[in-house]
Amino acid sequence: MKNAVGREIPDFLLEGGKEVYQGKNYMDGKYVQKAAPRTRIYERPQESKIVETIADALRQCGARDGMTFSFHHHLRNGDFVVNMVMKAAIEELGLKDLTIAATSLGEAHDPIAEYIEEGKVVGIQTSGIRGRMGQVVSEGKLKTPAIIRSHGGRPRAIEAGEVHIDIAFVAAPTSDCVGNSRGIGGKSNCGSLGYAMTDAKYADHVVVITDCLVDFPNMPASVEAIDVDAVVVVDSIGNPKKIASAAARISQNPRDLMMAENVAKVIASTPYFKEGFSFQTGVGGPSLAANLFLEKYMDERGIKMGWAIGGICGPMVELLKKGKVGKVIDVQDFDLDAVNSINQTPGHYEMSASQYANPANKGAFVNKLDFVVLAALEIDTGFNVNVLTGSDGVLRGAPGGHPDTAAGSKVCIIVTPLIRGRMATVCEKVVTVTTPGDCVDVLVTDYGIAVNPLRPDLIKCLDDAGIPHVTIESLKEKAYSIVGRPDDVQFEDKVVAVLEARDGTILDVVRQIKPYTFED
Amino acid sequence: MQIEKNAMAGTLESSDALVTVEPGEGSVELEISSSVMNQYGRQIRATVLETLDRLGVTGGRVTVVDKGALDCTLKARVECAVMRSCGKSDAGIPWGGVIR
Amino acid sequence: MIKRPKPERFRLRRTMMFMNAQKPGLIKDAYIYGCDSIMLDLEDAVAENQKDAARFSLYHALTTIDYGSTEVIVRINGLDTPHWQEDIRVCVAGGADGIRIAKCESAQDVKTVEAAVEAAEKEFGVEVGRTLLMAALESPKGILNAYEICCASDRLFGVAISGGDFRKCMQTKFDPSGIDMLAARGQMLLAARAAGVQCFDTVFTDLDDEAGFEAEVRQNKAMGFDGKSLINPKQIRLVHELFAPTEKEVAQAEAIVRAYREQSAAGVGVFTVNGKMIDIAFIPGAERTLRLAKACGMYEGELV
Repeated sequence: MKNAVGREIPDFLLEGGKEVYQGKNYMDGKYVQKAAPRTRIYERPQESKIVETIADALRQCGARDGMTFSFHHHLRNGDFVVNMVMKAAIEELGLKDLTIAATSLGEAHDPIAEYIEEGKVVGIQTSGIRGRMGQVVSEGKLKTPAIIRSHGGRPRAIEAGEVHIDIAFVAAPTSDCVGNSRGIGGKSNCGSLGYAMTDAKYADHVVVITDCLVDFPNMPASVEAIDVDAVVVVDSIGNPKKIASAAARISQNPRDLMMAENVAKVIASTPYFKEGFSFQTGVGGPSLAANLFLEKYMDERGIKMGWAIGGICGPMVELLKKGKVGKVIDVQDFDLDAVNSINQTPGHYEMSASQYANPANKGAFVNKLDFVVLAALEIDTGFNVNVLTGSDGVLRGAPGGHPDTAAGSKVCIIVTPLIRGRMATVCEKVVTVTTPGDCVDVLVTDYGIAVNPLRPDLIKCLDDAGIPHVTIESLKEKAYSIVGRPDDVQFEDKVVAVLEARDGTILDVVRQIKPYTFED
Repeated sequence: MQIEKNAMAGTLESSDALVTVEPGEGSVELEISSSVMNQYGRQIRATVLETLDRLGVTGGRVTVVDKGALDCTLKARVECAVMRSCGKSDAGIPWGGVIR
Repeated sequence: MIKRPKPERFRLRRTMMFMNAQKPGLIKDAYIYGCDSIMLDLEDAVAENQKDAARFSLYHALTTIDYGSTEVIVRINGLDTPHWQEDIRVCVAGGADGIRIAKCESAQDVKTVEAAVEAAEKEFGVEVGRTLLMAALESPKGILNAYEICCASDRLFGVAISGGDFRKCMQTKFDPSGIDMLAARGQMLLAARAAGVQCFDTVFTDLDDEAGFEAEVRQNKAMGFDGKSLINPKQIRLVHELFAPTEKEVAQAEAIVRAYREQSAAGVGVFTVNGKMIDIAFIPGAERTLRLAKACGMYEGELV
């Protein structure tokens, strides 16, 4: 069945009442029955919940074949916890048919690819997938299609009972003996633990894994002891160098700067750019650099930013400290400046993934957002964005909060170079739709700006400000005139991943890659 | 023009290609690897074969390691490698003739 | 094949950005940054054993990439090298707008290049006279001969000083005040203005020293340079900003040109604008201001 972004969704995925994507705000006003976890009663006072090993914790939580384990990705590419837990479950307890439900997965988790090939891991639910794991899933080696959700779509699915977490593992930079956990104060600090919060509330069992045990009570706790079954102390939960970079530097690449300046120009041309406006930006080169130019416009107009959300890094903390932004609310931290600031700098707060981006709750921050600046691997002439699959069709990206912020914000700006190497970023049809075009408003490239025709109000803003813009078709043609028209990527029929829109409908599917041949 | 001795041109930097040519009889044996194979493999092969054909190369082994080079770069690298193999890459190049 | 329009000898050249002709990733779209001219370099940026490869790259870049209205100039190797003749052939065959003669020391150097260019134009069926020239003065001798160099060819649109080599010859080093090259810059500017050609300043190489760069550009403008050579796109914006005329200058220029067109149609030669006596001598300057204003996005009218 074809969905609202023109993608053919196979019928077998729609069994059991699943729907195809219908356009944004489709679920508005409907009701959801939240699913409650089945948790163990700990009436007898406990001195400590510390158990010796991860395997012990798994046994205590009744781990068995076919379970779903959840993880969060605040340790980013430095994470050791996913691999440690899966190794204990599979190699020590001999478990199989396991599903990993992670907020994101990356190259740090390459060893899991082997468990997929052995059939020990049969399901993956995540926002991001890269490296070896992306490769083997794309090769069709995972038993069931991977389910890819946005950061807001995941807590929605958990709360609605579409994902049932048997055991949630919290990688905690610090914890006390009963599981009050924080992202700071230890040796592998990550700042916010926002993505772990919903998991901890909705999992049947919760295991905290830490490498820094602190005195009770570890306050204010991001994950609270009231939800925790067991605490395991390990030597190291991750590689600090890969958890948070020293400082996210603003790009010096002239191309990035040129695009960033145009992003700021576009923002400043809209009526939403006024005292107290709200903002989120990615940490990619041109997106982050937009901060710099935006500050100039803010100074010029004598206005301040009311609040900023997102993954946070140094440049935003800097604005907070300078008093140019009122509050920063934070679901994840990308560099040490941000890690060291959360809950320390006045006005810098932590929030959960649900509070950040869940489309089914009653007050997600993304819905109050004025501007979001995002990157793209590809964007097509329908303004549909792909941030998941590479030009070869292999899974190597993450929707993350992209679809959520795009849908919730008043102005969603995609900033990307027109071409990367020989790849046309602006193309006729993206390989995979991860953010639907009806949520994307402006495209800024190094070859020109295009505004979604669905936003005549923004077109007028740009015209009034004398900012030149062109059609997205002309940008695509320019790209193809430089790199040549690409052949379509060839796929097998087998569906290897399902792209769920943030509201739970199906946005697209990714199929198994076909080895390249020169034959037609 | 035929490939007279082993020669190469280009680099493995992004947007470039490294082209290696070796003499041989009979037919052109072409090996391509590319970072953009799925979408441009056919075009890369066509560009390389056309360029060799224009140069009059009918035999030998040609290896292209492509890092996302545009067609104009691919042509430049193939031409330079072949001309170098004949010791003719430095002067008197037929610009606009077989080089076009 | 891209056919570039016939080059204009005198056009706006505030910024000329150097790019290694051997780097495909750089040259494919250097024009997007909005510099007035790009300078594809076959000389210093290209290693001795890659001179041949750079020419093949250059040829296909020139004939394939649509640089639009950005001027495309090629810096060729010096006349004391074995490379310059083939460099000229490829520039002309590829349709480059102009050639920058490295280490130019005399009118004869210009004439030598001009003869080779003309021969190449005939060889490749290019209109004779199409390919422009500029000369880089890199030595005291070049500076002393600046006037004869500026007058050496109808193709020559300007001269540029090349600081690195010049300072070496003079046994000086970069000085933030510009004192190290003050005499040379002055001499070259005098020669260029006397000969009626353009004059460009050297590159500023310390990309982190933004204040130093700004000071140098301000001095360039005050001295009367037409433009500056650049090594990085991020330098473009400042030069364009500082070389832009003021709003008052634009308004005055517009009034002068408009009045002149009206008055001369009526047969009047001398008239007043805002209380100032104006005759035909003011017109080229006023038109230049308007062209500059247009390039800077400050003037949208139809007078230029």
